[in-house]
Amino acid sequence: MIDFDLTEEQAMIRESLQGFAAEVLAPQARAVDEAGAIPDEVIQQGWALGLIAAAIPEAYGGGGGERSCMTNAVILEALGGGCASQGAAIMAPGQFVNALIDFGTEEQKAEHLPRFTGSEPVFASLALQESQFGFAAEALRTTARRSGNGWVLDGEKRLVPFGDRAEHFLVLAGDAEGASAFVVPRDAKGLTVTPESGSMGLKPLPQAKVTLESVELPGSARLGGDAGIDAQKLLNQARIGACAMAVGLSRQATDFAIPYAKERVAFGEPIGKKQSIAFMLADMHIECESMRWMVWKAASLLEHDDPGAAKACVLAQDYVRRKSIKIADDALQIFGGHGFIRDLPLEMWLRNARTLTVLDGPVSV
Amino acid sequence: MADFRFSEIDQQILAKVVEVGNSTQAHTRYYEDHEHETPPARLDGERGFEEVFPLFGQRKPDDTPLMTFMMAVSIARGSARGVVRGLGLAMPMGKASGLGNAALQSAGTPEQKAKWGDLFLAMSITEPNVGSDTKAIQATAYLDGDEWVINGDKIFVTDGVKCDGAIVWATIDKSAGRAGIKSFLVLKGAPGFELVRQEKKLGIRASDTAAYSFRDCRVPRDALLGGDETVPKEGGSAGYKGVMKTFNMTRPAVASGGVSKARGALDFATEALAKEGVEVDWSKSFNQRSAVEQKLIEMEADTEAAALTVLRAAWLSDKRRPNNLESSVCKAKGGEVCRTIPQGAMEVLGGMSVSHDHLVEKYLRDGRISDIYEGTGQIQRLIIAREILGYSSEELT
Repeated sequence: MIDFDLTEEQAMIRESLQGFAAEVLAPQARAVDEAGAIPDEVIQQGWALGLIAAAIPEAYGGGGGERSCMTNAVILEALGGGCASQGAAIMAPGQFVNALIDFGTEEQKAEHLPRFTGSEPVFASLALQESQFGFAAEALRTTARRSGNGWVLDGEKRLVPFGDRAEHFLVLAGDAEGASAFVVPRDAKGLTVTPESGSMGLKPLPQAKVTLESVELPGSARLGGDAGIDAQKLLNQARIGACAMAVGLSRQATDFAIPYAKERVAFGEPIGKKQSIAFMLADMHIECESMRWMVWKAASLLEHDDPGAAKACVLAQDYVRRKSIKIADDALQIFGGHGFIRDLPLEMWLRNARTLTVLDGPVSV
Repeated sequence: MADFRFSEIDQQILAKVVEVGNSTQAHTRYYEDHEHETPPARLDGERGFEEVFPLFGQRKPDDTPLMTFMMAVSIARGSARGVVRGLGLAMPMGKASGLGNAALQSAGTPEQKAKWGDLFLAMSITEPNVGSDTKAIQATAYLDGDEWVINGDKIFVTDGVKCDGAIVWATIDKSAGRAGIKSFLVLKGAPGFELVRQEKKLGIRASDTAAYSFRDCRVPRDALLGGDETVPKEGGSAGYKGVMKTFNMTRPAVASGGVSKARGALDFATEALAKEGVEVDWSKSFNQRSAVEQKLIEMEADTEAAALTVLRAAWLSDKRRPNNLESSVCKAKGGEVCRTIPQGAMEVLGGMSVSHDHLVEKYLRDGRISDIYEGTGQIQRLIIAREILGYSSEELT
């Protein structure tokens, strides 16, 4: 049944996180971006919200809440509407945790999930991106091959969030059956982590290069065991996660531009009274709305394992890819030269929008 | 709970609508070329929507709310080749009913509804020099004894040829702006009322469009819809605002018509290209796709986004929540895709897409009106901009 209402719980989460985003994340977004590092305090505050452990089953010490892609879309949209970098930092461990919940064997869940239920932040990351331009998840260069009862991994993963401190990496690698995911401990022999040179967007998010040289893993390291994972679904969850943040960011940029258009006077009247600006803002509003429903639909179909989910994800990602970058770009244009100066958040939003719409992640629904 | 799936029975209904609609395909070109002929109520070989209605009985109360679902039906008719008949007769559901009937039902007195309710009434607002800016209407009406005397010219009257009469907008006090505008019910045959011509159009040819003239046209005093002969001093009249409010219901419907043409053109292109071995692989990453695949994906995404805004506006209406802004959003999106998608579909299909052998060019011609009538895309953006900026219609023009 077509329904646009959130559940009562989702509506509450949305409201409280929008408050958190506006009061905590947004005011310090510029300072955090300039510093190029996420303050430990934010990570602690974010962890204390209990978002990562919420869907971990009670049996493993978690919140026992529903594992809901839709709820995560709501969370990511709200956090993305405050500061995409800090929001991504808070939610990045969710990529690892959710994959474990969705695809892990009982043994894997029991081994890893309880660690994430304490009061101190725990880091583990999805290692997806690779060095080559035109990276496509169906053509992974990182390989996994059988060796006795175990596996040997070779390759290089890039832009891995929290690579500097993650205890485990969930490495996506190509094996004989296609794409599989492997839980690789940080101290595995042959695994080296080096910091990245920096990136245009989500600048404060710590990112690292993870190199795997003949990393030997036990047979139990393959996520899902013999059944493996639905790599397409895993990827789509990451794509839609980034899209949800981009929707929040787009709304934030639009809502920031509206009062400015009413304030800024040119040729004797506010620029908002000129159709060239007013129509830009109208289009920004139209596309914020459209994007949100595309993302909600994709997240909701993913959640229900609907046969139409894969297609809905492609459509939502394509749509958000085109529209969110345009909105961030147009918002900057409305501010003219001021948009280009780093005092205001416009240029940061443009960098973040471009980043969120080319990376598959670094968050998941 | 947010949900974007249709129930089993709703999917069956949508599929049946497409199937039934397809039965009119054989007549497509005839009424394109004979636009002055009014098609019969049932075309030769046409399957009726009575095949669909029994399925409606199987819907449960917790199925998709009705108006939202009707918008989905409307959008699905893009897939139905039945849409080729154009407007007006595409979905005969009971007796004929024009836009004027809706106005009579919402603004008429009980006596007026009883007297004229069975007639087929068109809506006559637009003038040669007045389109979207309806408060600038120049047609006049004055009371002479027990009759109103109407003078003016009207154009773009949908169903103006086949209707029994029309609801005509005219001002009884030009200095009062929109407050002076009243609606009059004028029946065919009224002295001084002339049907000047039937327009020849780019598309929607099975729906007639008329031009009227009124030269000292006399109608009885009770022809003033709603019966209120006063001109309010301040602000817009309740009647005018009432008409604007009905747009919140009709805009999603018109937008769905635009989306349906986009859907039809896209489905046509998708099926035709699949026969040529070109198909979208939904598991491929962005940079693994061909240009044509990417174009098809973009068209599909745009169409889907527009459809969702229509469902959103309709759903709010079903929930009895305000949808003023959302109905303009969906109208803007429906108007956009009715233009871009058929154009894009023809682009990927190439030269043969212009041929009358195929329907795709018809979607372009039929769809184009959706970004014009019921408020152009520019008018929708004006409304949206005023709303989000908090400007009045005087502050942002």
